[in-house]
Amino acid sequence: MSLDRSSVTMQPAATPPASSRTPWKPSIAAEVAKVAANTAVNAEYRHLVVDCSEVAASAQPGQFFQLLCPHPAGEHPFLRRPMSLYGADPVKRQVEFLYKVTGAGTRGLDSIEVGGTLDIMGPLGQGFTLDPKWRHIVAIGRGAGLATLAPLAKAAKANGTKVTAIFSARRPELLVSVDLFKGHGADVVPVTDAEQTSGPGNVERILRGLIAEGKCDAFFTCGSSRLMRVQQRLAIEFGLPGQVAMEQQMACGIGLCYCCVRDFNVGGEIVNRRVCWDGPVFDLLEALP
Amino acid sequence: MIKPFSIDLSVNVGGLKLRNPVMPASGTFAEGLDKVIDFNRLGAFVTKTVTRELRAGNPLPRVVERPGSLINAIGIPSKGVPHFIEKIIPQYAAYEPPLVVSISAPTAEGFASLAAELSLPGVSAIEANISCPNIEEDGKAFAMRAESAEKVTHQLRAATKLPLWVKLTPNTGDIAEVARAAEGAGADAVVVANTFLSMAIDLKTFKPCLGNIMGGLSGPAIKPIVVRQVFQCAKAVKIPIVGCGGISSAEDAIEYMLAGATAVQIGTATFLQPAAMVGIIDGLEMFCLQREITSVTDLVHGVVIEEADDQDLAWLSPPT
Repeated sequence: MSLDRSSVTMQPAATPPASSRTPWKPSIAAEVAKVAANTAVNAEYRHLVVDCSEVAASAQPGQFFQLLCPHPAGEHPFLRRPMSLYGADPVKRQVEFLYKVTGAGTRGLDSIEVGGTLDIMGPLGQGFTLDPKWRHIVAIGRGAGLATLAPLAKAAKANGTKVTAIFSARRPELLVSVDLFKGHGADVVPVTDAEQTSGPGNVERILRGLIAEGKCDAFFTCGSSRLMRVQQRLAIEFGLPGQVAMEQQMACGIGLCYCCVRDFNVGGEIVNRRVCWDGPVFDLLEALP
Repeated sequence: MIKPFSIDLSVNVGGLKLRNPVMPASGTFAEGLDKVIDFNRLGAFVTKTVTRELRAGNPLPRVVERPGSLINAIGIPSKGVPHFIEKIIPQYAAYEPPLVVSISAPTAEGFASLAAELSLPGVSAIEANISCPNIEEDGKAFAMRAESAEKVTHQLRAATKLPLWVKLTPNTGDIAEVARAAEGAGADAVVVANTFLSMAIDLKTFKPCLGNIMGGLSGPAIKPIVVRQVFQCAKAVKIPIVGCGGISSAEDAIEYMLAGATAVQIGTATFLQPAAMVGIIDGLEMFCLQREITSVTDLVHGVVIEEADDQDLAWLSPPT
């Protein structure tokens, strides 16, 4: 059950290689964007909006950017930081990110004020694909994975596909993207550690209910290996497709350096793939935790 | 009256003519970069190193950052020679810049047979990455010693008629002597240099930061050391030198050329700014225009060393 690239893909068509015959145009931008907003959404997450070029704003759900974060006092983040796309607006020419301040890079992001600048590079990688035949999909995420899944809400609505989102967090107040999904007509099922509803057993029970009601034509997931394994098992049992967005430490972000490889099970054979270039979205059944 | 002024950026690196002196460093370049930069602007392409044996690469983590630098231990993942010939070489056929193929092998014999097999149409030069461990010498890199560098270069020379570039390691006591040995054995150019053997330890876990324990240091932090090595090699050999180490701007590239490099390779800078190479080419042209330098080759080994009187150098003498 490989990821069907012939279905309606949300990726821009592959750019033909530059040659002497066709004038060359970039399909990935490396540019200095202007920060339009950088605000806290809850105790952990911040919402960053930047004004950018048409190329950058053409980003699709599941794709990511490499951000060259400013240096916070006393720290020297050297590499760019990969950041999932939280939203893209080609008309307003904006891209959005949701980040949690955890290290030198995100501490640098935290310091940028509105009107300031940020060096962004993207859109990068292979995003989610939506089959027009799918009537109802399930999006399951935890932690920062909720931000990665967020752009699916708008894309699914445009595709005429209903979404049930099962969102997991430690505490209810740390859930993000809930209003965004509800705003696009999705059903949101919050599960939390605090309420003891986030365990794989309970999530499996919810999923079996959705499958029985015919509300799960495909799984979309990010942010939890435990929840991914539940979906893999159900995908095999019921013959359902699925896609997972994966993470890995990155350097170049564009397929050059082979630092972000992961193992995948492709028809029983273990193959190495670059998360930045071959992913970050992969076939659910090929992914290994 | 203002005369029309045109800048000649072309250089000749050991028999290979390049439209400009800027190219990627091996291992930091792949076809995907064509989504960010126009490949036809580059002086040359340099592939990731190909080996005969299939290599999976090193355990993760494969990179760790330090101030102004990056340590990597990727481990030269390689899908072998047939894959390289069928899939990689044709990717560059549609472009104008020449293709330089980087090769590595654990023995001198292995280097020679790989160079012979890859001397194919579509390949313009061979870059022998002799910074890798030599299994015939207890794992020491070929380029750590003049004798082993000479032996492997000699065998490579007999195996290919293509321009032969030999990539040296900076992890040696006397890089100029190694460069001289490579020149004597028939190298058409030397690439100076590669990454510095290094290590980083995580203070939370007390474990090495890299899966391979040790790795190669690159980035702006190493630039002054490699500029010195290029300068030393330029005094020792007549063949062209390709400078490589921490270059991220046109100014860095010019510094390398003044020290003695005919061309430069850009590696880690591309990870931070994917269009770095194009910016460096534009910056080189602008510098030449401003300084009224008609040919970029006029910069090569242009460093001005003034004769110092004995008093200036007195501090260098050992105390008596």
